[in-house]
Amino acid sequence: MASASVATTYTVQEKKRPPFLVDLFLRLVREKPLGTVGGVVVIILFLTGVFADVLAPYGYNEIVLADRLSPPSARHILGADNLGRDLLSRIIYGARISMYVGLAGSAIDVAIATFIGLISGFFGGKTDITIQRFVDAWLCFPSLFIYLTVMAILGPGLIQVIMVLGVSSGIRSSRTVRSAVIGIKENVYLEAAKAIGAQNRRILTRHILPNVMAPIIIIFTIAMGGMILQESTLSFLGFGIPPPIPSWGGMLSGSGRTYMLQAPWMALWPGLALAIVVYGINMLGDAMRDLLDPRLRGGLGRYSGVKRKMPKQLSQA
Amino acid sequence: MAGNNHLIDVENLVMYFPVTAGVLRRKVADVKAVDDVSFFIKKGETLGLVGESGCGKTTTGRCILQLYKATAGKVLFEGKDLCTLHGENLRRARRNMQLIFQDPYASLNPRMTAGDIVGEPMVVHGLVKSGEYKEQVAQLLRMVELEPRMAVRYPHEFSGGQRQRLGIARALSVRPSFIVCDEPVSALDVSIQAQVISLLMRLREELHLTYLFIAHDLSVVRHISDRVVVMYLGKLMEIADSDELYANPVHPYTQALLSAVPIPDPEVDRQRKRILLTGDVPSPVNPPSGCHFHPRCQRTGDECREQEPELKLVGNEHWVACHRV
Repeated sequence: MASASVATTYTVQEKKRPPFLVDLFLRLVREKPLGTVGGVVVIILFLTGVFADVLAPYGYNEIVLADRLSPPSARHILGADNLGRDLLSRIIYGARISMYVGLAGSAIDVAIATFIGLISGFFGGKTDITIQRFVDAWLCFPSLFIYLTVMAILGPGLIQVIMVLGVSSGIRSSRTVRSAVIGIKENVYLEAAKAIGAQNRRILTRHILPNVMAPIIIIFTIAMGGMILQESTLSFLGFGIPPPIPSWGGMLSGSGRTYMLQAPWMALWPGLALAIVVYGINMLGDAMRDLLDPRLRGGLGRYSGVKRKMPKQLSQA
Repeated sequence: MAGNNHLIDVENLVMYFPVTAGVLRRKVADVKAVDDVSFFIKKGETLGLVGESGCGKTTTGRCILQLYKATAGKVLFEGKDLCTLHGENLRRARRNMQLIFQDPYASLNPRMTAGDIVGEPMVVHGLVKSGEYKEQVAQLLRMVELEPRMAVRYPHEFSGGQRQRLGIARALSVRPSFIVCDEPVSALDVSIQAQVISLLMRLREELHLTYLFIAHDLSVVRHISDRVVVMYLGKLMEIADSDELYANPVHPYTQALLSAVPIPDPEVDRQRKRILLTGDVPSPVNPPSGCHFHPRCQRTGDECREQEPELKLVGNEHWVACHRV
């Protein structure tokens, strides 16, 4: 019967589609030049962070008193600080800290956002209302206030910074995941999954999670820039990474500020590194958002893209 | 009505959806989607369920499959009440009853390959181990006249008819005895409709399936069904053998429905009388008193306004809910 005709109408060769992430990467390179530049900046940051030991000409805490406040020269390409430490080396080691904070912070952010967002969005009803009121309460506090309070209790340190930034922004980003889950919840394929007898856990992991991957990737990329910037803020205020470990934010404050007039390079280079990296990550994040979620195209803020979206969703909730 | 060869018995099924208002979500009214409906489906038969949009056809199907928890009434599957099942027991019971969806585009997860879509029910019910269902999937795809090599594709790479075949393969994968076909062909174009219908009929013979076939296209229903149920605004209007119903419709509503079916012969078509229904279907939130159909009925009388008609036997297995017959 119909089988013969169905079989012969197929002339298209079977080809395996490139996996989701490969496809995304190819589209990024093809369609988003600025995003690609951002991606290159991010890759350079990561390579610098990973190979800091090899790349840095000096140790990050190697003090040469004779070179105190020396301007950029052949010995110290970017100059030296008030203790005679090579600024280039400190910037390179600072990249490692930024990488840790950016990656680990965003990973925690995304993990918490996904967990809260999936549960709240999928189960809905009383579960959703209860969870969302806690999230509302959290959103009422200015984030810097929360960071400073918790850091004052925990004390400065890399792990503490990552945990505080990750958990705090995770709770904030959960709104975005939740709305994405609610957006796909009415799809018939979820009812189909229920009709075949799939357990909730399976519906969540196999049917909902893959379909909200786009906003999750966007949250991850955009959060990374925010994390690095907020870590710098905390370090600048003295609540972040304790000296002598070099953090770009920490290098800007303290001695960087004190010697700004005699040795402007002390504040210039970390500031520049921070600006370039955060700009690059945000460009990458914007490009990702455009590629993955055409509905959000354009208009949204830079490093706070995720947060700026909040009021709209609040009014919907 | 609990019978010997009945696979499904629906007894006084009621499904009200609450209408809520205000901040406190107070219930202000009910949408009476299905209002006291009883019928049965024999083993191996196809029961057609027809009616206008919004008459509760789909809701009835969903209630039988326990995708909606019925407000009241019973759904017996081989004599066992499904409405009392919960959690794990209900999940296991779903193996025996599957659903084919109306929309072949929305009912397949866009991020899963065809093979995973078809194989998933088997994994869910522990028939095969995850990732070890290649052979079974190939067999199922052949059964619905798709090619096994298509298993690696994603849903968007299929046409509407092929997607619907995937939906059928997914329903068949756990070897159910009962399938609810919820308007399985209304989203397809006519030539594909015929293919899918004949596929469904062939599968019914080969696998000894029982169908509840929900549709609004009366000629499709006539072609595939052994018996037909006509619904209007949450109520049963008429049940009969499909040949009997099409040859001798008794209920005024059925007569009006059938008179709207196009006849592919202009001579005959010109001679017959069309019964035009005036007005819209009333709101199921506030259905008319007495017979739900009376405001649009040509033969309406006082008793129709006041009293709800009972199902009356008017012929061999031919039941009608009308005061005027």
